[in-house]
Amino acid sequence: MQQLSLLLASLPDGVLLGFVYGVAAMGLTLIWGVMDVINLSHGPIISLGMFGTFFIFIRMGVNPYLGLIPVAIFGLLLGVVIYFVAVHRVINAPHLSSLLATFAVNMIIIGLGTAAFTTSPYNVDFSMGGFSLGFTTVLWTRVIAAVIAIAVTGALYLFLFRTRPGKYIRAVTNNRSAAELMGVPSTQILALSFGLGTMLAAISGALIATFFPFNILSGGGYELKSFVIGVLGGLGNPVGALYGGLILGLLEGIIPAFLNTSWVPVIEFGLFVVILLVRPNGILGAKK
Amino acid sequence: MKRSLVTFLSLLILASLILTACGAPEGVPEAPVNAPAPTDEPVAEAPAAAPEATAPEAQTVVIGFTSSLTGSQEVSSKRQVNGFSLWLEQVNKAGGITLSDGTVVSFEYQTYDDESNAERVQELYTRLINEDGASFLISPYSSGLTSAASIVAEQNETILITTGAADDDAYKTGNSGLFQLYTPGSLYMSSTVDMLKQLDPGAKVALVYEAAKFSTGVAEGIKPYLEANGFELVLEESYASDTADFGPIVNKIAGSGATILLGGGHYNDGTALARAIYDRNVGLKFAYLLVAPADTKFPELGDAALGIAVSSQWELAATHTEAEAGNVGMDWFGPTGEDFSAAYEAAYGDPPTYHAAGGYAAGLVLQNAIITADSTDSEAVKAALNAMNLMTFFGGTKFDTSEEAHGLQIAHDMVVAQWQKDDAGEFDLVIVAPADVATADPLYPIPAQ
Repeated sequence: MQQLSLLLASLPDGVLLGFVYGVAAMGLTLIWGVMDVINLSHGPIISLGMFGTFFIFIRMGVNPYLGLIPVAIFGLLLGVVIYFVAVHRVINAPHLSSLLATFAVNMIIIGLGTAAFTTSPYNVDFSMGGFSLGFTTVLWTRVIAAVIAIAVTGALYLFLFRTRPGKYIRAVTNNRSAAELMGVPSTQILALSFGLGTMLAAISGALIATFFPFNILSGGGYELKSFVIGVLGGLGNPVGALYGGLILGLLEGIIPAFLNTSWVPVIEFGLFVVILLVRPNGILGAKK
Repeated sequence: MKRSLVTFLSLLILASLILTACGAPEGVPEAPVNAPAPTDEPVAEAPAAAPEATAPEAQTVVIGFTSSLTGSQEVSSKRQVNGFSLWLEQVNKAGGITLSDGTVVSFEYQTYDDESNAERVQELYTRLINEDGASFLISPYSSGLTSAASIVAEQNETILITTGAADDDAYKTGNSGLFQLYTPGSLYMSSTVDMLKQLDPGAKVALVYEAAKFSTGVAEGIKPYLEANGFELVLEESYASDTADFGPIVNKIAGSGATILLGGGHYNDGTALARAIYDRNVGLKFAYLLVAPADTKFPELGDAALGIAVSSQWELAATHTEAEAGNVGMDWFGPTGEDFSAAYEAAYGDPPTYHAAGGYAAGLVLQNAIITADSTDSEAVKAALNAMNLMTFFGGTKFDTSEEAHGLQIAHDMVVAQWQKDDAGEFDLVIVAPADVATADPLYPIPAQ
């Protein structure tokens, strides 16, 4: 009975957090889907999103949810810059080249971030209280973050399927050469896609900062989760990442009800390996 | 094309040779000034090898340690290093230590960033001993890193004074050169449990701690004490060091019916756990966390910091004094707590935490041992440390000299501190136990959110 109540208490948290994980993973999987690049700078960009919230809220006194707009713009522009500086020249090279290029960007951001912010934890002292739901208290910050995550996913979906640049992105994803022959400016579209991916990472970081203390290294954990989610939701399938995030969030809610919380990463990454072995393109299938 | 490549390569090799030649003397300062070439022999034996010297000799002793400039131990480690650096600066400014043979001993330190990584610690302590000629070692911050350093120190028969490391296990491996300043981890929560017994003997306890060497040792140490004092342990849970989401754990605490939380680990996880407890309002009457609340940055959590208690190795409000040393029959050495605190604040702009005080005390203890030994010889200093019965502003210092637990600290006491708000609504870390040094009553139960 106690475990059942614990399970019921942890599930809402897991689900709500899962939406935010989903947004983080969506960025990673969008970039992979469009240009077959695994962006290893994803984690520190999530961290930069966290610092964005910190400076906008703590230093400037702006509501962290309003602060999402400048954070998103910053994430988009940063991604475009990273694309042209580090990724564009190796886009057609073997995967190892782009992997190393983004890893270098990862190290640069972490190095600069450590010099600027140290690795001490920062806290966004922002609380909206919560409401009681049976066995647990659900925090409004998590509810709002989940709503924003759903809205961001919806907006991404509309962008990809209802706008010209979105359609270009899908065209480049399906067949870059054919898209170029049809007049699609593939370089700009690839840069835009990379920027959108980093924008999603920055937004997820900005939302996570309203829940937990963080430092410049904190994004690394969410990057790893994004890989698991990418596999769960289907590699290169951005919207599937939201489902993957939900599955991971649910697991994080369910496992502690029955086992010590130290088992959570063991099971998560065990699952990651098993899925890769059984369904290499992910549970929900590869990019379309 | 081929010719120009050959020319270029030749010039490159020539430039490298010139740079190497010019760079050689500059490599020396990396090894300490006046330090002998790295050998297996300790630096301290240099004066003994030249007894004919007539004029007083200046000897520079190199003290080695690593600091966590990055990673999970950064906050506390930096404070520890600040404290130690202050001691070193002061002792050198005061003219060092003059031995009876006229040798004037001054100190310098060599340090590297261990990145809060135990593997780096092993590499770097080996380097400190074998390449940098460190005669004495100070531990890194945290029990896990210190455990790694202690193996290297013991293998190289170099004295390691440990501060910022409370775990008991490292001293139970038959060592001869480790000397611990902190109260051992197994006794860390004892004063808190004593206080709780007075406040609420029927309290139900949740023990939730970081799965790390230090915090696991503390938890294992306190369980029999809780049982002996009649407390019911309703939840025991460990968590990974990099845990950020404490929601499921806090739900477990709520589900267990616990009224008291004892636990935590280090700074990063402790702040996240404190915030999760506050956000969820699980009805705890008292929350105690290891390490994190002792830091002056902790109130950055806002109201989540209110009522959180911590064991502290030293607090200025309960600093140890010369009179106290006289009462317990110990020798007094070093500055008063007030003088240390004023100097520290002048140097770094922050009031000192116990981590900083521990760093300073490590220097003081070594200084006292060298004075007592009248030598920098490793064996003589070791003998002085083994016989030490000293009190500094940091507290009592006496080491277990048995083979079973050599170097374990047996004379240092801890206080329990709690974040409360003063009349102006500002956060203040007050001492709430033991009663004879308390500066305020415990906030119990802590206010509901």
